[in-house]
Amino acid sequence: MYKYNDFDEAFVRERVAQFTEQVERRIDGSLTEDEFKPLRLMNGLYLQLHAYMLRVAIPYGTLNPDQMRQLAMIAERWDKGYGHFTTRQNIQFNWPQLTDVPAMLGALADVEMHCIQTSGNTIRNVTADHFAGAAKDEIADPRPVAELLRQWSTDHPEFQFLPRKFKIAVTGAEHDRAVIRAHDIGIQIVENDKGERGYRILIGGGLGRTPMIGKVVRDFLPEADLLPYCEAIVSVYNLLGRRDNKYKARIKITVHETGIDEIRAMIEDRFALLRPTFGGGDRQIFAEIQDAFAPPVFRDADEAPFVAARADDPVFRAWADTNLANHKRDDHAIVSISLKAHGATPGDATAAQMRAMADLAERYAYGELRISHEQNVILPHVARADLPAVHAGLKEAGLATANIGLISDIIACPGMDYCALATARSIPIAQEIATRFDELKLEHDIGQLKIKISGCINACGHHHVGHIGILGLDRAGVENYQITLGGDGTEDAAIGTRTGPGFSADDIVPAVERIVGAYLEHREGADEPFLQTYKRLGMAPFKAALYPEAQEKANAA
Amino acid sequence: MSRRFTPKVVTANALLEGDAVWLAADDSWVRDMTRAELLEDEEHAKARLALATGQPGRVVGAYLADAKAGPDGPEPTHFREDFRTRGPSNYPLGKQAGEDAHV
Ligand code: SF4
Repeated sequence: MYKYNDFDEAFVRERVAQFTEQVERRIDGSLTEDEFKPLRLMNGLYLQLHAYMLRVAIPYGTLNPDQMRQLAMIAERWDKGYGHFTTRQNIQFNWPQLTDVPAMLGALADVEMHCIQTSGNTIRNVTADHFAGAAKDEIADPRPVAELLRQWSTDHPEFQFLPRKFKIAVTGAEHDRAVIRAHDIGIQIVENDKGERGYRILIGGGLGRTPMIGKVVRDFLPEADLLPYCEAIVSVYNLLGRRDNKYKARIKITVHETGIDEIRAMIEDRFALLRPTFGGGDRQIFAEIQDAFAPPVFRDADEAPFVAARADDPVFRAWADTNLANHKRDDHAIVSISLKAHGATPGDATAAQMRAMADLAERYAYGELRISHEQNVILPHVARADLPAVHAGLKEAGLATANIGLISDIIACPGMDYCALATARSIPIAQEIATRFDELKLEHDIGQLKIKISGCINACGHHHVGHIGILGLDRAGVENYQITLGGDGTEDAAIGTRTGPGFSADDIVPAVERIVGAYLEHREGADEPFLQTYKRLGMAPFKAALYPEAQEKANAA
Repeated sequence: MSRRFTPKVVTANALLEGDAVWLAADDSWVRDMTRAELLEDEEHAKARLALATGQPGRVVGAYLADAKAGPDGPEPTHFREDFRTRGPSNYPLGKQAGEDAHV
């Protein structure tokens, strides 16, 4: 794992010291809120509905056990004993007091963590495939690329005041688990015909008010050109991006209004100028970073204990069949720990659970933990022989829910339970859907189905790319939930289509049940997942199930 | 046609704790909305908001929120303001936990 060098360490400590003074000056009245707000946002401190919220960056979702334990300590000492993992692979603490935040930042710095650029119109935390370094289908670990971009973008003098926030995601595999097509820049590690490594670069993806799928701006970028090319993209956007209208300020609108070919030409021109100014120092740093991400020394282990447990214990089998993914080594597996116990808040973990995961990672997973954008925690490398022990440990901590990728593995943003921007709640809807399908004992039969819920049009819950997307709105002073179907966040990215009128908070769960009922009725066997049935049949059968009254009217007419 | 003024309360977040607070008739900030001052006159409401905005050392982001008279004092009319009087729905935290203090 990457370790801070002296520069990183000094920089983070200096920022903590600065912010400590800024808080003091805010409290003694020398800074007004207007002056203080941009400063606190630069340090990830938001003021939400019921309290302040501190957003901590987890670069490319990678944590070591000591960092996870420190998050647990922070949750207990200065917050309310839990943390919320977000769709940007970050963690948020929902209850800090203003006067405690400097100490929290200090505690984060102790384990090489910070909150810098988790807010504001800057390049945000760079995200990556949560199976990075472990996935069987991967060309290369995307995290060295993400770390290089992190170093380049952190405190980049030209990019602290962009037209709007800017998000970058990296994947090293063809199968996209990092939703790169919904990012301002999406990067995919590829190999060309000659076997040379490089990047496919996409720009202009994004969700929110105007959802768009990213477009390829460069099909193959040689490895050595990454930073100058990214710098060219961001600087063209910095000039061109609209500052007159917040809703049109993201690069997706710039690309849309300028046209991909024209903006590509501008980027190439800028790149030609910038390329020579990168003297190769970036290449050397990249090589050093790559060394820091060398895989652990895997142990050879006979998988017999796994096979035996799978045969003997149906609970273990259900978990293993649902929560494991293929590791690049056959005698290892990738474990997804579900933070979606039925009825619990998606993405929340208590301090005790954080410690349990840290201990398991240390004992069985070579000290590695990842946070997924789907708000789960990953143990990327576990010897199959150790899986029964890991499962037992997770069970003890209330973390052994076997539902990864199923209908109760819901992404939900904080919504109006916490977020000041929300137009409706999302957490209770997720809780009710999960509880309902658990009661029905149907979810394993339903199979792969991703529900994603946002509490407002900003779409932090990625609802546009949910197989079933739910958007909470305020309709004349009442919470109302709009449904979209057919969204997809993978390499086949698609924006979901609205079904029609929305549903009240009381009616939304039955509505989801009707959609699922229509799927079960129409699917061509259990092998056809929801999304495929939707693609084959389109909206009609789902609409008929959702709006039976409209159907009757049409029939009567 | 000018819109008719509907009753309001002045509300904000406390500077140090960050939680929801309301302006009472005696100029204090209270954590229980029913103890807030219900403002039924537009000019008076503006004056109260101006007072609140002039207290950056105590509160952040003061605004006028719709409210109605209830048996115990002002009550929210919109669900967002209702949530602010209680706390989140996923845990018994925030105001509903009965945590209380003065600003
Ligand atoms: S989608 Fe809206 S409600 Fe949800 S976290 Fe983002 S801004 Fe808040």
